[in-house]
Amino acid sequence: MKTEDLIAALASRAEAVEPRALQRRYAMALGWGALGTALLMAILLGVRPDLADAARLPMFWVKLAFPAALLAGALFAVVRLSRPGARLGQVPGALLAPVLAMWLLAAIVLLGTAPGDRVELILGHSWRSCPFTIALLSVPLFGAALWAMKGLAPTRAALAGGAAGLLAGAGGALVYAMFCQEMAAPFIGIWYLLGMLIPAALGALLGPRLLRW
Amino acid sequence: MGASEDWLRDLLVRGLAGDAAAYHECLKALSAHLRAFLRRRLVRLPDEVEDLVQETLLAIHNQRHTYDAGQPLTAWIHAIARYKLVDLLRRRAVREALNDPLEDELDLFVASDTEAADARRDVARLLERLPDRQRLPIVHMKLEGLSVTETARVTGMSESAVKVGVHRGLRALAAMIRRE
Repeated sequence: MKTEDLIAALASRAEAVEPRALQRRYAMALGWGALGTALLMAILLGVRPDLADAARLPMFWVKLAFPAALLAGALFAVVRLSRPGARLGQVPGALLAPVLAMWLLAAIVLLGTAPGDRVELILGHSWRSCPFTIALLSVPLFGAALWAMKGLAPTRAALAGGAAGLLAGAGGALVYAMFCQEMAAPFIGIWYLLGMLIPAALGALLGPRLLRW
Repeated sequence: MGASEDWLRDLLVRGLAGDAAAYHECLKALSAHLRAFLRRRLVRLPDEVEDLVQETLLAIHNQRHTYDAGQPLTAWIHAIARYKLVDLLRRRAVREALNDPLEDELDLFVASDTEAADARRDVARLLERLPDRQRLPIVHMKLEGLSVTETARVTGMSESAVKVGVHRGLRALAAMIRRE
C-alpha cells in the first residue's frame, strides 16, 4: 500500500476523539477495580470491629496516609507512562518521600524503645500474612489498571507495568489498613511496603509481555 | 520540527475534534517528517523505512487519544516512532538469530547495486539463470525496492517464500560470482 493511500484511508476514519479519553478510561477502570478490592476485603476479612475507636488514634491516620500518598504518586506515574513522550518529572521523588517519611518515623519509634521490645514493633502479630494479604487484595485493581493501560500507549513497558502494580498494591494496602490491627510505624514501613512492592514487581515483569501495542 | 510544530499541533488538535481535512493535512506533513526521522536511524536498512513510516502513522492514528494538547507534539511523535523502530529492530534480531546471517551476502549485492550500470547488467545476466521463485523476489525487493509484503502480492508467493527465495537466490548468486 502506498503511504498516501494509507493516509487517505486513515483520514477518512477520523471521527472526533472523546476529550479526556485517558482520564475517563482510568476513572472507570479504577472505579471497578476499587469496588472489586473492597468486595474481596469484605468477603475475606471484614472490617476491624474497633474501627471507630482506632479512628481516634493519630497513628491510624498515618497508617492510611502512607498507602494513600503512594497511591496518588503511582496514579501520576501511570497516567504519564501511558502517554508516549510524557516526562515523569517529580513523580519518582513524590513516590520516595512517603517511604522515607515512614522510615524516619519508624527509626524514631525504635530508638525510643527498649532494645528488648523492638522486635515486637517490627514483626507485630501478622508479619507473615500482611504482605501477601495486601498483594491478594490488590488483584482486582491490578487487572483493572493493566486493562486501562493496555488500551493506551506505554512506551516503557516494564516501568509502566511496575507503576500499575504499585497503584494496585497501594489500593490494596489502603483497604487492608481498615482490617489490620497493627499500629507500629516499623511494621508499616516494612510489611505494608513489601505488600505493595509484590504487585509492583509482578507488573514490571508482566508489562513487557502484556502492554505491547 | 521547529517553527512548524505549532502549525502541526493545531492541525492535529483540529483533527482530534473531527476535522478530517486538517487531520489529512497533519498526517501528510507527519509522514514526510517521519520518513526523514526514520531514514536517519535506518541507514543500514533503507528498505524498511517506508514500511516503518506506515506502521508509525497507523500507531499515531490508533493512539491519537493519548495525545495531550499541553504536551509538545514532537516528543509524542518521536516517542511513538522510536517505539516502533525498537520493535522492528527487535523482531529482526530474533529473526536473524534463527536464520543464517543474510547481511554478508546482502552487502556483496548492495556494493554491486551502487556501481555502474553495466555491473548491474552483469548481475541481471546471472539473475536469469536463477529459478523464478528466487529471481522474482530479488528483482522486486532488491532492484525495485518493494517490501516483502508488496513482493508477495506482486508475485503471488507467500511472505515466507519471498524471504526464503531472496536468501537462497542471493546465496546462489554469490556462488556464481565467485565462480565467474
